[in-house]
Amino acid sequence: MNIKKNRWNEPAASDITDYDVYLKRRDFLAGGAALALGSVSGLALAKEAPAIPSPTWTDLVSSNLSIDEKKTSFRDVTTYNNFYEFGTGKDSPARNAVGFPDNSQPWKIVVEGECDNPGSYGYDDFIKPYPLEERIYRMRCVEGWSMVIPWVGFSLSDVLKQAKPNSKAKFVEFTTLYDPDIMIKRNVLDWPYTEGLRIDEAMNPLTMLAVGLYGQELLGQNGAPIRLVVPWKYGFKSIKSIVGIRFVEEMPQSAWMKAGPTEYGFYSNVNPDVPHPRWSQSRERRIGELRKRKTLMFNGYADHVASLYEGMDLVKNF
Amino acid sequence: MSKFKTSVFIISLLPVSWLIYALFTHQLGANPIEAITRDLGDWAMRFLWLTLLITPLRWLTGWNQLMTIRRMLGLYVFFYAVLHVTMYLWLDQFFEWDEILKDIIKRPFITIGFFTFTALIPLVITSNNRMVKKLGGRRWKKLHRLTYAIAIATSVHFYMMVKQDKTEPLFYIALLVLLLGVRIYKYYQKQRLKLAPAS
Repeated sequence: MNIKKNRWNEPAASDITDYDVYLKRRDFLAGGAALALGSVSGLALAKEAPAIPSPTWTDLVSSNLSIDEKKTSFRDVTTYNNFYEFGTGKDSPARNAVGFPDNSQPWKIVVEGECDNPGSYGYDDFIKPYPLEERIYRMRCVEGWSMVIPWVGFSLSDVLKQAKPNSKAKFVEFTTLYDPDIMIKRNVLDWPYTEGLRIDEAMNPLTMLAVGLYGQELLGQNGAPIRLVVPWKYGFKSIKSIVGIRFVEEMPQSAWMKAGPTEYGFYSNVNPDVPHPRWSQSRERRIGELRKRKTLMFNGYADHVASLYEGMDLVKNF
Repeated sequence: MSKFKTSVFIISLLPVSWLIYALFTHQLGANPIEAITRDLGDWAMRFLWLTLLITPLRWLTGWNQLMTIRRMLGLYVFFYAVLHVTMYLWLDQFFEWDEILKDIIKRPFITIGFFTFTALIPLVITSNNRMVKKLGGRRWKKLHRLTYAIAIATSVHFYMMVKQDKTEPLFYIALLVLLLGVRIYKYYQKQRLKLAPAS
């Protein structure tokens, strides 16, 4: 058999498991039958961690926006993910997004809306103009855990400037690919996943588009081939596998705002003083550490971004 | 103890044994504390559902030996619930009581979890033969109907804890509806028989 490898030199999921079987297994799990058997079987399935591929880039410039904290292991960063399109378990994306995206199909990114220079780009053309750099950022999930991840990418503002937003462009809306053939079929969220930023948040130099981590191209579970990283906001704002960037005049409704308007606000800034009904938010567990840490205002990026919210009631604008 | 009872006793220890093994062989993923806490909670719930299965299963099969393991399964509910709560108090909150108190007050699913756990205690205390005698069968039975409320509260606790994909809690809720439903059905059937005029 001719085993097709993807660019990370791993066989595609379809080569390991017959596609129908793969889908059935997921439906089986979703149906809850496997749950009755207990987590023993569920945990046993969780053991397929990706091998560490060789670095794609070796001479990356390290950004002065990087923090000096211990990085979360590559293994943890690539096996503990929220990417509901590939399943709702923390370990599901790593298992279900193997070989995503399919390199034989071009990845298109559309830039549109209130701007003078809209366009539709293939992935390679889209990133070509921008020099890549490594940025080590904190990542704080709304669920009360955090990581430190060395991203590879560039500031979103470089892309936005290129598109020349007009005076009506008050917000930027992002869209994730939704392909029911390879992604979850149930409406866990209102697909496709969308997120939004205010234009000044989007233009902040901290806000980046990432194409890699640990010097390697992103894996499917981390939002390949290109994703947003907004380190002072809860992780779900950092939308994955982007296919659309649109300038809009009105504040867009994100997928999570639609799912739980009282739980997830548009801003979703990391804020230890504004609790979520399910998670207190005053502390967090850094993955790989035993004791919890105090959560920092704006995830420790207050110096960079606090001015964006001057005079705003952050309890009301959660 | 009968062979049957001994087997159930040993099998019931498998989940916790697996967790300990999995922890030391690094099979619990990037966030083992969360995995253990949730798994222990899952098992407390599963054992509770099993105790509720005994009576309907006996009606269905006439297998009376099942009654001999009900108390043990009930105590296993408490065993897993204690471990679940201990994980929360110890490795999630590190016994910081002011934080824990805030949590119980402010986070509804924890509030419910706390009261659910507390409600188990009188049932455990009155679980031995001496206490059954002391209370008298009828009063004991009445008290132990608290199990139904505990099961419902457990479902709510689980449902509220899950962030978005409610498939798993709904699955357990469906099972509970079934387990309580057969009891309600049986109860009304009995009432009807009582009301029926003697022929």
